[in-house]
Amino acid sequence: MRMENKDYIIELNNISKSFGDKVILNDVSIKVKKGEFVTILGPSGCGKTTLLRLLAGFGEADSGEIRINGNDYTHVPPHLRPVNTVFQRYALFPHLDVYENIAFGLKLQKVPGNEIDKIVRKVLKMVSMNDYEDRDVESLSGGQQQRVAIARAIANQPKVLLLDEPLAALDLKMRKDMQIELKEMHKKLGITFIYVTHDQEEALTLSDTIIVMNEGKIQQIGTPTDIYNEPQNSFVADFIGESNILNGTMVKDKLVEFVGHEFECIDEGFGENAPVDVVVRPEDIYIVRNLESAQFTAKVKSCTFKGVHYEMFVDTDKGYELMIQDYNAFAPEQEVGLIIRPADIQVMHKERTCNTFEGEMVDETHVKFMDETFECLPQADAKAGEKVTVQVDFSKVDLIDHIEDGTLEGDVHFIIYKGDHYHLTILTDEGYHIWVDTTDIWDKGDLVGINIAPADIKIVKNNE
Amino acid sequence: MKRFFAQCYIWLLLVVLYAPIVFIAIFSFTESKVLGNWTGFSTKLYTNLFTGDMQGSGALVSAIENTILIALVAATVATILGTVAAIGIHNMRGKGKQAINFLNNIPILNPDIITGVSLFLLFVFLHISQGYATVILAHITLCTPYVVLNVLPKLTQMNPNIYEAALDLGATPYQALRKVLMPLLKPGMISGFILAFTMSLDDFAITFFTRGTVGLDTLSTYIYTDARKGGLTPELRPLITLMFVGVLVLLIVINIRAMRNAKNNAR
Amino acid sequence: MSRFSKRSTWALPYVIFLVLFVALPLIIIILYAFQDSSGNFSLGNFAKFVTDADAIGTFALSLEVAIENTLICILLGYPAAWILANKKLNRSAVTVVLFILPMWINALMRTLATAELFHMLGIQLGKGTLIVGMVYDYLPFMIYPIYNILSKMDKSYVEAASDLGATPWQVFWKVQVPLSMPGIISGVMMVFMPTVSTFAISEFLTNNKIKLFGTIIQENINSSMWNYGAALSLVMLIIIGITSLLQDNKKEVNGVV
Repeated sequence: MRMENKDYIIELNNISKSFGDKVILNDVSIKVKKGEFVTILGPSGCGKTTLLRLLAGFGEADSGEIRINGNDYTHVPPHLRPVNTVFQRYALFPHLDVYENIAFGLKLQKVPGNEIDKIVRKVLKMVSMNDYEDRDVESLSGGQQQRVAIARAIANQPKVLLLDEPLAALDLKMRKDMQIELKEMHKKLGITFIYVTHDQEEALTLSDTIIVMNEGKIQQIGTPTDIYNEPQNSFVADFIGESNILNGTMVKDKLVEFVGHEFECIDEGFGENAPVDVVVRPEDIYIVRNLESAQFTAKVKSCTFKGVHYEMFVDTDKGYELMIQDYNAFAPEQEVGLIIRPADIQVMHKERTCNTFEGEMVDETHVKFMDETFECLPQADAKAGEKVTVQVDFSKVDLIDHIEDGTLEGDVHFIIYKGDHYHLTILTDEGYHIWVDTTDIWDKGDLVGINIAPADIKIVKNNE
Repeated sequence: MKRFFAQCYIWLLLVVLYAPIVFIAIFSFTESKVLGNWTGFSTKLYTNLFTGDMQGSGALVSAIENTILIALVAATVATILGTVAAIGIHNMRGKGKQAINFLNNIPILNPDIITGVSLFLLFVFLHISQGYATVILAHITLCTPYVVLNVLPKLTQMNPNIYEAALDLGATPYQALRKVLMPLLKPGMISGFILAFTMSLDDFAITFFTRGTVGLDTLSTYIYTDARKGGLTPELRPLITLMFVGVLVLLIVINIRAMRNAKNNAR
Repeated sequence: MSRFSKRSTWALPYVIFLVLFVALPLIIIILYAFQDSSGNFSLGNFAKFVTDADAIGTFALSLEVAIENTLICILLGYPAAWILANKKLNRSAVTVVLFILPMWINALMRTLATAELFHMLGIQLGKGTLIVGMVYDYLPFMIYPIYNILSKMDKSYVEAASDLGATPWQVFWKVQVPLSMPGIISGVMMVFMPTVSTFAISEFLTNNKIKLFGTIIQENINSSMWNYGAALSLVMLIIIGITSLLQDNKKEVNGVV
């Protein structure tokens, strides 16, 4: 028997889960300390809700282990787990009133009646719903139903409270109020909260720790400040807050080139002339009238007042578009100077520099990859069935409106704007990812046909 | 003016629609053997009906008993079978679900005569002697689809997390079923049962083909044979009248309760 | 989830029941229809039907009566449903119940009462009384689904149409009628299907003078001509099948428009 660290109330070890062919969770491991407020953050379909459901016991992981308070709960049914869930759409029992909803779990545990009365009153007070005991749950507003749902879950005195996008159905004002109340409730109860949301602002406001997920994998785990200031990849940078994400080259240690200029930075150890992603937050670009003192110049394209600051889009001297936030307004068409300080430049390894597929030669001029046969330039002494590696530049993938005309079909899954082009993630119908650089404007979810010209398919033999 | 004509049209339709029933009701209060021949006010037909003091009274009384008994058994079995089936169907996906829904719709879409003939041929084919059991089986076939169609929407309207919420709060699957699922399905089961019961009460063709030759009569088949023998047994007039009044009272009660509920909810 | 989805096995008893008492009987109808009385494969039953002028005549008459009945029900029922749907909510609900109420009375009893009423009024029983009696029986089945659709229809469609310059008549024909099509179609299903297959009702209303298709099926089955009866039933099943296909297609067309 392994020694388990008793500080961790929840340990998820190497959890994987698929529905049919679709991989929902891919080797996810998480440790949560007792009393922490942990948020699992990610876009819809990233696997965050599935992860929460596995934790609650609604379904079992294909592989991996779930430990709660040091004990193995991987195969324990939901009613025997010391966790309780607040569901997204409340899931209050419509045939029971507020009191009976909250007392439901306690009655099952055969808690004596006067004890139940006490607990119900206590939790109702906690969610500021005293006097609502006898009300029909369907007569309550959305916000009130959500409070009852929270009260019902904490009445059972769980070790861990799971919250599945509990505020998603509320309007903005209500959501802000409930965020503050949840935070206070967490402090008062002293139990662990695991909170699932797609709202980055909510995550930054509430959490001690944020777990950013995408495509069934953990992208980054850290405090809100860490995640905001030092995103580990372009997905996190794009998903959390506003940011300028740009292609760059690490010229040498502490010197990085992007938007056509070289900048001093504080990062080292990338090697020389290494391709990198660069993130600069819009509030970290200093915008000045004096062109001489600036690192580079730009022309203001648009300027919008956002309440506290102005949001401006500028075209730089080398033709890149940047977003800038500043307390001062600059009129469109105005020439401005821009300065970025070394500490505000976040340099990240590129996850990939071109599309790479495993393929198989069909004949001398055809290669099969992504379950589809493509024409390629004649390959000297290529044998049919020979395994090869296929590389395609991001900018050499053609996307077309008429899906019937494409060799492959897919949909636009994710979009990052990189200053002068878009970097798209396309998910093909067969479930493969292709990354595409394009200046055409696509929207998330658009159906596209995919073509690759024979000359743009680079074939590398595996044994070389 | 337009309103007035519209109003008149509705009332005219209603008058025409109710004329035969009112006509029967009026002539239930006279002793005459022939309809339309008023021989003075009398409640003799009613007393006859209740005391069974008439020609072939035994047959009519046993037909009424059969009708109610068959409807009760068929509706009860259909409600249980249909509710369990609806829970199963709700949790199915894809082709299997489509196939069941298709089969489930057949007894509803099929004319009663086809359902009756097809079941008759089935019993002939399997050499099953026909009587009470086959009639009840046939009525269950007719009724269950209506129960399924009444319970399924309750399942789809239900918040999909409701059952999980019960488990989450510590209920075993059986407790969750009994304390959460069943109470929520109850309205669907009740309306399904009522519909099944009335379908069975009202049925003629299916009973006609599946009752065999043992002399089993329900009210419908009794009336059919009776009418073909020439003329309605006079005692059927008070029966029709009473049934109509019964349905009327039932509907009024249901409506008043529904209105009260609506008011309560509005409060 | 996994635990709950095992509930799909709960459908199993009913699946077995459906196969035994719904699918199998229909297969047996087909089986009998294509056999002669000694159990050999034969198309004789159908040949008999096509060459029997009496049977074909009855078949045509049944279709004719069913179509006439359905049309009259639409003509009488649509205005009634329309008036009811445009009434104040509370009062229309009561009136609708009044229309549905007769449906709860045993159909044979209602029909007998109607026939007796004709008899007393001195009206000769025949095709006329048959159609009037059937309209009596089935009008509520037409009014109810149309009323249902019309009363749930968003009033803003009508407002939008008149806002765009349609006259009240155009609003009715170009907006309300097309939108209430699903109600009309389910009304047609509820009226046409039973009328085409009825047997006892037609006997009562015509004092056995006019035979409809249902009666022929019943007579053959009752006189042990099972194979011919099965073939006639199959013919009726095909008619029903075609009508319900019509309904599905109409739904799709409506969806596209």
